[in-house]
Amino acid sequence: MSGVMKRMGMIFRAKANKALDRAEDPRETLDYSYQKQLELLQKVRRGVADVATSRKRLELQLNQLQGQSAKLEDQGRKALALGREDLAREALSRRAALQQQVSDLEVQHQTLQGEEEKLTLAAQRLQAKVDAFRTKKETIKATYTAAQAQTRIAESFSGISEEMSDVGVAIQRAEDKTAQLQARAGAIDELLASGALDDHSGLAKDDIQAELDRLSGGTDVELELQRMKAELAGGPSASQQAIEGGTQDQAQSQSSQQSSHPRFDKQ
Amino acid sequence: MIVRIMGEGQWEVADSRFPELNKLDDELLEEMEGGDEEGFRRTLGALLDAIRQLGEPLPDDALEPSELILPAPDATLEEVRELLSDNGLIPG
Repeated sequence: MSGVMKRMGMIFRAKANKALDRAEDPRETLDYSYQKQLELLQKVRRGVADVATSRKRLELQLNQLQGQSAKLEDQGRKALALGREDLAREALSRRAALQQQVSDLEVQHQTLQGEEEKLTLAAQRLQAKVDAFRTKKETIKATYTAAQAQTRIAESFSGISEEMSDVGVAIQRAEDKTAQLQARAGAIDELLASGALDDHSGLAKDDIQAELDRLSGGTDVELELQRMKAELAGGPSASQQAIEGGTQDQAQSQSSQQSSHPRFDKQ
Repeated sequence: MIVRIMGEGQWEVADSRFPELNKLDDELLEEMEGGDEEGFRRTLGALLDAIRQLGEPLPDDALEPSELILPAPDATLEEVRELLSDNGLIPG
């Protein structure tokens, strides 16, 4: 398959791999290499064990031979004491043959010991190297995993940044809607104020209040009429009265204002 | 398999669904290469719809690499061509 899906995915991965500079997973390679090193170390250790076993076997043989040699020496001493020089000679010649074997084995034993020491040293060095490799491997793996995670994040992020424009559109839509609602609310206020819409919220004046207002307005008119009539009937002293009346008027108008206050408050 | 639709998110689609998706996908590629803008739009829409229907959307906080990636629903033929060229997607 080489459709658009696959090709786009491949390009993404190609970029990711380029970033990691690897086509395969290096963690697997590292683990495999570590496994191989462990196997090698195991082989060396087995070699050391084999050499040690041979050495021990040689030591046993040596002990045995030395025991026989001591025994022959003892027999020779006893034969001499008994005056059997021929027997003593026989015992000593056998012992000499054994001593030859012993010294041969001793050479072998030394060679094996040297071999064993070298192998043990090699095993220790290899062990140290394998340990160091394991540490390095874990570091590399951790770094790789982190790099991979970064690539994944980058990929997710490129998706997210794509999505951010969608979020932007959504916010724009929400803002538009809010503005629309605000505009509508404003329009409703205006329509209510102009009386084109009935308000059912009880904030505006009702019929009874309107009647009361009309009545109180009427009272003001009556009061005004009476005051004017009194002024006209007052004659020459009217100016003095007018000043006094003015103060009275002020008090009156103040009281009328006060009486009309509740009306404004109710509005 | 995890499929990303650019600009939308990721979907987990069962492998058994891929034969039918591949058919649309191959068709899409053909239309893209042939410059059939109308067919491209139609097939891309059908393919995206199929993924949305067949797949389970992955949660937004999931951090899974996408195995397959598809252009955004409103991507034009020219843009997809650009994406698939060597300089596409992530430059460098």
